[in-house]
Amino acid sequence: MLNKDITVSSAPHIRSGMKTRKIMYIVICSLLPAGMAGVYIFGLSSLKVILISIIACVLSEVIFLMLRNKDPKTVLDGSAILTGLLLAYNLPPEVPFWIPIVGGVVSIMLGKQIFGGLGHNIFNPALVGRAFLQISWPVYMTTWKNPRWALDAVSSATPLAREGSKSFTYMDLFLGNHGGCIGEVCVALLLVGAAILLFTNIISFHIPASFIGTVMFLIWVFGGKGFFRGDFMFHLLAGGLVLGAFFMATDYVTRPLTKKGKIIFGIGCGVLTVVIRLKGSYPEGVSYAILFMNAVVPLIDRYTKTKVYGT
Amino acid sequence: MKKLLQEFSKGVFAENPTFRLALGLCPTLAVSTSVINGFGMGVAATFVIVGSNVIVSAIRNLIPGKIRIPCFIVIIATFVTIVELMMKAYFPVLSNSLGIFVPLIVVNCIVLGRAEAFASRHGMVKSVFDGLGMGVGFTIALVIISSIRELLGNGTVLGLIVAKGFEPALLFILAPGALLIIGLLIGLVNYVSER
Repeated sequence: MLNKDITVSSAPHIRSGMKTRKIMYIVICSLLPAGMAGVYIFGLSSLKVILISIIACVLSEVIFLMLRNKDPKTVLDGSAILTGLLLAYNLPPEVPFWIPIVGGVVSIMLGKQIFGGLGHNIFNPALVGRAFLQISWPVYMTTWKNPRWALDAVSSATPLAREGSKSFTYMDLFLGNHGGCIGEVCVALLLVGAAILLFTNIISFHIPASFIGTVMFLIWVFGGKGFFRGDFMFHLLAGGLVLGAFFMATDYVTRPLTKKGKIIFGIGCGVLTVVIRLKGSYPEGVSYAILFMNAVVPLIDRYTKTKVYGT
Repeated sequence: MKKLLQEFSKGVFAENPTFRLALGLCPTLAVSTSVINGFGMGVAATFVIVGSNVIVSAIRNLIPGKIRIPCFIVIIATFVTIVELMMKAYFPVLSNSLGIFVPLIVVNCIVLGRAEAFASRHGMVKSVFDGLGMGVGFTIALVIISSIRELLGNGTVLGLIVAKGFEPALLFILAPGALLIIGLLIGLVNYVSER
């Protein structure tokens, strides 16, 4: 049975300056600018969603750690805060208060702790929470709000859902001047955060590059009327592609280990995203694409295993 | 008598077909969307298990070993046809909502499993109690799963609204909810039985 006195913290165990906790807090910091932009664009209601989501995740992490006879102090590694933040970034700005609570509990319980906590989860916890909410309460999860300075500020669809009915300039999409989830609207500041992660070597370029590249290429080929006429810039800037590719597909626990594996993973995510966006019944497919590819990560890892020297 | 009761109770607890043996999961996933459906399916399956157990055990020495499975299937299919026609005549609503899953009891692994593993090796009386136990265990499991799914996914129990203002989570009525609930319940049962 488990020894109560010994708590093995999550990997990496190699002595280096980069601890799990430090990585988590750098990722959180790099996500903050985009969140602030979301709060600025949609108003304080989105700040409320973010805070409730983080509190729900942290509290359920503490409760489940205690139920599993682990040291509740493990919550300080920041992974629960990050999950809460990412979950909130995937929610529309004006959901009822209990949506982020349910989402947080589901993320931590079904997404993470039931598999054995940080480092053992198969799926990205925040996306598990989002998928749960999306299937359970589709009405709330697709009621979007326009930026607070817009004239029809009540509700609207994301640009992806009503493609063609109203045209957005690329600059609007790039800066976040449109309806959408809290964290995904402002691509400009997401890219700032992504740059921080790339320069601190926390993520490598393989997954985001292959993911986004595949989406843009396939949209260019198949996305328009006839071949090679798709609007790939629109599909890059609208929806959650940037948030998903840089911050969620690159989650340490649920991505492949080798470079080759990461590229396969990114291409798979891209293909699935395009298929869901163009052919599926949902306007957005990034989150389901990542969840699906998370499931095949063990398989990818098996076939891209590096060869032992000499064998 | 005590032995017979043991044959009965093992199907409910120690060898519960859904939670311990993980058999018959396909109908469990499919029909456990409401308590009525779950209960109806459980009773229908119980009738088939008991009936086929009796016949199989009665003619177990006449069936050649090499073609025993086809023989079992014919016997089981007979009872399934009886159930299906009875249900259509007396419970048409239930029959409609269960749909294809009533005829599919023919290939339910619990029924075939009991015929193969128990009834073809034991006497008739024992087989009756074994079939009853398995059927009751299956019914209890279905009722538990379907009441959780109906409550969370539809906000009702037996069709009655439980709480106003509760917004049901559609997920539990759909397939992922069934998988989640069954997984969590099997985990719970394992956790409890390990203590």
